[in-house]
Amino acid sequence: MTVSPTPLSPASLEVGGLAYAYPDGHQALFGVDLTIGRGERVALLGPNGAGKTTLVLHLNGILTGGAGTVTVAGLPVGKRHMAEIRRKVGIVFQDPDDQLFMPTVREDVAFGPAAAGVKGPELEARVHKALAQVGMADFADRPPHHLSFGQRRRVAVATVLVMEPEILVLDEPSSNLDPASRRELADILRSLDVTVLMVTHDLPYALELCPRSVILSEGVIAADGTTGDLLADEDLMRAHRLELPFGFDPKSVKV
Amino acid sequence: MGAGHAHKLYRHGHSPVHGLPPHTKLAAVFCFVIVVVSTPREAMWAFALYAVLLAAVAYAARVPAGFLLKRLLIEIPFVAFAVLMPFVAQGERVDVLGMSLSVNGLWGAWNVLAKGTLGVAASVLLASTTELRELLLGLQRLRLPPLLVQIASFMIRYGDVITDEMRRMKIARESRGFEASGVKHWGVLAKSAGALFIRSYERGERVHLAMVSRGYAGSMPVIDDVSASRAQWSYALTLPCAALVVCLLGWLL
Repeated sequence: MTVSPTPLSPASLEVGGLAYAYPDGHQALFGVDLTIGRGERVALLGPNGAGKTTLVLHLNGILTGGAGTVTVAGLPVGKRHMAEIRRKVGIVFQDPDDQLFMPTVREDVAFGPAAAGVKGPELEARVHKALAQVGMADFADRPPHHLSFGQRRRVAVATVLVMEPEILVLDEPSSNLDPASRRELADILRSLDVTVLMVTHDLPYALELCPRSVILSEGVIAADGTTGDLLADEDLMRAHRLELPFGFDPKSVKV
Repeated sequence: MGAGHAHKLYRHGHSPVHGLPPHTKLAAVFCFVIVVVSTPREAMWAFALYAVLLAAVAYAARVPAGFLLKRLLIEIPFVAFAVLMPFVAQGERVDVLGMSLSVNGLWGAWNVLAKGTLGVAASVLLASTTELRELLLGLQRLRLPPLLVQIASFMIRYGDVITDEMRRMKIARESRGFEASGVKHWGVLAKSAGALFIRSYERGERVHLAMVSRGYAGSMPVIDDVSASRAQWSYALTLPCAALVVCLLGWLL
């Protein structure tokens, strides 16, 4: 299921000493170090205001200008490779209505590759493949606002998969999903052969999907380990305002 | 494309008119309207011929007369003005049914009514045979400034999202016992409108972020390019060409 990072290929993501303060002076990140190997699925956990979104926006160069470095598959994030970086880092935002801005599903999925210059039958083929990966191929000609929330979230994943990214970054993928849609999305994510960084408050979901978790708290990585171990460490969890749902015991779950 | 998600003016079908590329239809309607407007108002028979031409298009597009006539009702508020003209205009007057009407005003009213109705009918035909999405592609193809096309396309995409947000805010207001019953409640409504504006503005920023993340650099990539053959162009332009002949006859006779 999980490919352990091989020393030969560069890691999908390397963040070193990343610090960032917003223009208003509020400092969100205080030196983040994080390495994610190719093919890993990692959950990024942390309370509200820990700097998770700030970190995510650094991964594809939306935010820059702080201290430290971000490297995606050996390529430093910076002005020089911006187009390449944005192709390699696929971010799925929390609200699919923000992510899906074109009049039809097909055009929305085609947006990224078309912006990169892909045309004609190759574009069609890639759009179809990405929609098929998330089980939405039959909805290609629908406008996004006629889909259910779960379907929209899956299309949002397809809009990013179509770029064939090095790393898929999901911001709260399970939010607002009913249990069936939640499981469908989990099945899809498991079936993909791509590095995943999943930002979430949904701890059971992290345990289900991600063998490894990191806790971001007050702008630094406070813990890094197997998801099961982290969730079972009650003191650690309490220290970072992370709480499991009522009646959920991570030790009783077989992954 | 299935039913239920087309816009209300569109009428699903597979007629030769439906099949024409959108930009040829747009050009045809635009030229037709120009020709109609430049026809002298005294040539009443010419307007009858135009109506016949449109009826022929409607027949080719298999748009039933009832459907077309019902959608023509949108014109009524504009026509109301035309009805006033014979009463208020100056000049020579005639007596009709005991009322003294201005001759000039009558011609003016006829002019507005005939040209307006024909223009609206042509637009209704265009809208009922062309999907919104296609219209945008057609406009893009006709080299309308890309920013305008982008704005229109976002309007289509987010119109429902924002209406839905407005509806939820209304429900939230009403759930707390608010009912807009008079002038003194306008303040609350104005604040809701302001909140809606700010939410939409913030959504705009998030959408932009999502676009930039997927490689947007100021211009929309062309995903569907529409093109038309010479035969399609000549088929679409039959309507304005026929109208032009009628118009020239109207000036000569």
